[in-house]
This record gives sequence, structure tokens and C-alpha cells, in this order.
Amino acid sequence: MQPFTTHIGKAVPLDRADVDTDQIIPAEYLKRIERTGFGPFLFDSWRSDPDFVLNRPGYAGATILLAGLNFGSGSSREHAVWALEDHGFRVVISPSFADIFRNNCTKVGLLPVELPADTVRRLMDLVLDDPATEITVDLDSKRVSAPGLEATFEIDDFTRWCLLEGLDDIGLTLRHEDAIGTFEAARSPWLPTTAR
Amino acid sequence: MSKEPRTLAQKVWDRHVVRRAEGEPDLLYVDLHLVHEVTSPQAFDGLRMSGRRVRRPDLTLATMDHNVPTIAGPQDPVSVAQMEALRRNCDEFGIRLFPTGDIGQGIVHVIGPQMGLTQPGLVIVCGDSHTSTHGAFGALAFGIGTSEVEHVLATQTLPQREPGTMSIRVDGDLPHGVGAKDVILGLIARIGTHGGAGHVVEYRGSTIRSLSMEGRMTVCNMSIEAGARAGMIAPDDTTFAYLEGRPHAPSGLDWEHALEDWRSLATDPDATFDREVKIDASELTPYVSWGTNPGQTVSIDDVVPEPTDEAAERALAYMGLEPGTPIREIRPDTVFIGSCTNSRITDLREAAAILHGRTVRKGLRAMIVPGSMLVKRQAEEEGLDDVFRAAGFEWRDAGCSMCLGMNPDQLAPGERSASTSNRNFEGRQGKGGRTHLVSPAVAAATAVAGHFCTPEDL
Repeated sequence: MQPFTTHIGKAVPLDRADVDTDQIIPAEYLKRIERTGFGPFLFDSWRSDPDFVLNRPGYAGATILLAGLNFGSGSSREHAVWALEDHGFRVVISPSFADIFRNNCTKVGLLPVELPADTVRRLMDLVLDDPATEITVDLDSKRVSAPGLEATFEIDDFTRWCLLEGLDDIGLTLRHEDAIGTFEAARSPWLPTTAR
Repeated sequence: MSKEPRTLAQKVWDRHVVRRAEGEPDLLYVDLHLVHEVTSPQAFDGLRMSGRRVRRPDLTLATMDHNVPTIAGPQDPVSVAQMEALRRNCDEFGIRLFPTGDIGQGIVHVIGPQMGLTQPGLVIVCGDSHTSTHGAFGALAFGIGTSEVEHVLATQTLPQREPGTMSIRVDGDLPHGVGAKDVILGLIARIGTHGGAGHVVEYRGSTIRSLSMEGRMTVCNMSIEAGARAGMIAPDDTTFAYLEGRPHAPSGLDWEHALEDWRSLATDPDATFDREVKIDASELTPYVSWGTNPGQTVSIDDVVPEPTDEAAERALAYMGLEPGTPIREIRPDTVFIGSCTNSRITDLREAAAILHGRTVRKGLRAMIVPGSMLVKRQAEEEGLDDVFRAAGFEWRDAGCSMCLGMNPDQLAPGERSASTSNRNFEGRQGKGGRTHLVSPAVAAATAVAGHFCTPEDL
């Protein structure tokens, strides 16, 4: 995954609560066996509406998504994160994320930033007033800044470190292979296996 | 680990910690990893690219369910390619697979319990959010993304932060005609789609204890619809009776050891939860969702509510509904009985009891899709398929089918369904499709009447 340190970009306001991953990418596009190329299908059914916020020319090239409450609910499909990333997003800012979606983001390097609802509202108002507004997201200092607005966000140190360094967490886990082996050796013999 | 009183979820968590270090997530061991065709191909590619192997193929099981057709006929080549990729990956990495055409094939959350692989106290993961289903046995079971699928394949572990604990207690006798699906729909209507976020829910109380294993699976299945990380029910004699004699359940002396262990899993009497919710079973009714998330649900005796926010207004517009319309006056075009929520033998028996000697309303499409090929066989041995066919239902092969729009079973734009599945999201059952979530009993009765109703209304 590519490291995430600081990002400066324009933002698009998606002012809807409970945006589920079926909306982010519908199931019909999950048949591809590649990890890339999902961007064109992002918010597929909403994008057929020319007035949908992602279609407005002012927000072209935005790299930060401002989202409503409970963003990414429903299906565990990581394709939703791949689609956002493939479209060019590097950050999603929301008052709250669904758990699996947030996990998936951090594995891919799309930064999920949780801010209080009124702060997200102010950010949305800023970019609604002026789509050219630039927002800075600094992971090292856990800070979001925009004209007239400064906010800090929480992210656990381990996840932050993995994102800052762009680490492969399978590699990190495999450093503890001995511990895994020791654990396995002590498992109860009657635990099930899938063997016939 | 600790002498402090612990909850069921905490006990299962504690016994799976491979490594704990200050400032890092716990490294959790995974006892059973279920794999399907949609969320796995990129994970296997990742293994190949980094030259890694599957650490424990013997704790891994694969099936095809999401995009399988449930009826013979021409197949979509893209779906076929995805299923072929799973077949190749399972061959290459030595993973047992139930492909289409195999009697073991079925929805991933139906076959695990059916084989006796889903057992109390296990950590079970799958690249599918409805993995919470397996919590009905007292397992800690949760959905993961494809990166995490790759992680489990390579290491049989996952780094995880311990979620909060939440008790949902349902006590009392369920009113006549109210089932497990209504328990969970009524709960989500109360706590909302984010009500369980960050928590593992433990369902407790006399109502939960009185449910069959199939009913408990229905409840735990939709935990994710309340935003919960997982849902669990402490194992008891109902659990043990379901498991005994199943192909992968322990037997002989092992069974005795297992029972002793499983009985120790229940939440300690003085353990506390981070959050607690109580529901009086007598207040529950049959439910029907009216909107585009499972929290937008009302009693079948109710009317379509007045919108209180923009989201509700948008949902009503999408669903083509007017506030104040009695739910019983809404007329679906399609009735779907199936999905990992409601496709088990007890669901089919319940539907058959209602459909016996009755017929589907003219002009309405109705289909029943068993959760696994073994459920299908059992239903046929009991003659249920004859009842369904005589009533005018289509009787299909096992798969996820119309629960999600990625196989041929879909709604047309504007078409309305009564569905026993778990999600009424926009487009979930096909672009422009309008989904109303209901129990198998309401679905079967609705198919006969042509409008939403309960069996008692017939």
C-alpha cells in the first residue's frame, strides 16, 4: 500500500447518511477478479443523475470525500474502497464509519477521518460555497485544516504508523510466526478441521 | 487470562490471543476461514505475488454462492470466470471446495453450521458481512475485507482491536405469528443501523433461549444490519442437540470434552456490558421494512410513516410510497424466500405450512431458493417442493439468488418485492428494485394475498 503522510486536495460533499457499500459499488461490478479498475463504477446508479454531486464540474478532481453518518455500512466488499481509491480519493471524512469499511480503508491506504458532525457540516458548507477550497489532512499530527477551520482527529497509533509507512501488515504478522506456531501446538485436539 | 468476570465474547476473545503487545492490536487466531468466489480472487493473487502459501488449508473451506445461477440455462461468462478462478485457486492452494453441482454446495453461512463446522467458542471469519450468522452457536464470527482474507490465508490470524460488549436482552413469550426475523427487524427498527457499531452483541433472555438454532442464526445474521461487529448467543442444550452427530462435530470422548468446554463459555453472572438494551417480546409484531435501510421498518399493522428527515424523503421517493399508506395495502410484484437469513429447513417448513392447499396470487412471481443443496434434498424428502410447486412457487437450486443483484435472479427497475433477505438498500435486488424485508411467514402469506399480510389474515 502507498504511504499516507499529508494530503492537500479539493473535497466533494456527499451529504447523505447511511451510504452503504452497495451504493458505493453495486454487486453487479463485483464479478471482476482484478483489484483495479473499479473507479468507473463508483456510485454507479447515482451517477446516472447529471446533478449528482460527483458529476458537478466544480468538484472534478476532488480527492477528499466528505460523507454523512454511518458511511460504508452493509456489505464487507473491499471493492468499495478500491472504487473510491481508483476514482482518485485519498481521504474520506465522516462523523462515523461502519466498522468493516473503516478496516478495509486502512488496509488499502485510503484514510478514514472521523470528525464531529458539526465539523463535517462546516467542511461541507465551505466546499459548497467554494468548490475550489483546499483541505489539508495531516496524518502525522492528526490534523485537518481548511480556511478558518482547524480540527484534530483520533486514530490509533499502530494503524497510523502502518499508514505513514505504507506497511504490509501480513509481513508484520509473519514476524510472529513462532508465536503462531506455539499457539497452534496448544490448540485442543478435538477442534474441527475442514478435511473430509 | 483474567480472574475478572467475563462475557461470552470476552472469553472467546481471550482464548484466541496469539500475541498481545502494548499499543498494538491483539493478534487473534482464526479457527475457521470460509471463502467464496467474490471476495477471494484478489486475496489469492496477493499470495501469489508475494510467494506466500495458505498456512492452514485444513481450517479453510470454500463454496460458490453469490453469483451462481439457481436454475439451469446459459451462464454469464464473467460469473463463470470468477467461479473458475475460485476452482483454480482452491486446487493450487489445497483448499476443500464445494463447487456448483456438488451436494455440499450452498450459501457459505448455511453450509458451515450444516456440516457441524460452526461450533461454540470458535473464531470464524469470512469475506462476507453476514458471517455474524455463526455467532448463533457462541462463536465469535465476523465479516472481513479481501485484504484481511489474504491475511488470514497467509497467517491464520488477524490483528484486531477488542470491540466493546453489548447486551441485547429479549424476554417473554413472542406473540402468535411473530418469529426470529421479527425479533431482529424489531430490534433494528429500535436501535438503528449504527446502534451496535463498534460492539459485539450478545443476545440474551428467555425469548432468545426459546428460539431454535435456525431462528438464532436468523437473529445473529442481521447483527451487521444494526452495525454490530458480531452477534452471539451462549451455547446451550439447543445448540448441543443441533450439533451432535453432524459430520464435523466432535464424537465419542471428544464430544464429552467439547461439551464441558462449551458449557464454560456463558457470560459470568456478575460480568458487565458496555451497553445494554432490553426488549419486551410481547411488544413485537410482524414487521415490514418500508425504506432503503433495515432500520426503516414498521409493524405490519402500521402505515408508511411521515418522513422526518431528508433520508426518509429520499427513501420514500425511491420506494414509490406515500406516507399514511397502510402497509397491508402495498402490493409486491415478487416474493422471494431465501438468503443466508431465511433459507434453512425450518424456514421452508414454515412457508410450506402456510402455502399448503393455497395458490400464489395471479400475476405475482414467487420463488423459493434453499440455502444449500442438502436443505433442498431434505425439503424434497419431506415433500415441501410439491407444496411450493402446487402453490405456484418456483423451486430453485441453492445460492444467494435474489438477495443481491449479482446473479440472474433480480428485480426489474421499479419492481417491488417481499423478501426474506437482509438488505433493502437501493438497487440491492437489481437496479431500481424496491425491497421490503419480511419474515418467511409474512412472505408466504403475502404471496397468496397479493398484498402484505400475515397468515392469520388469509
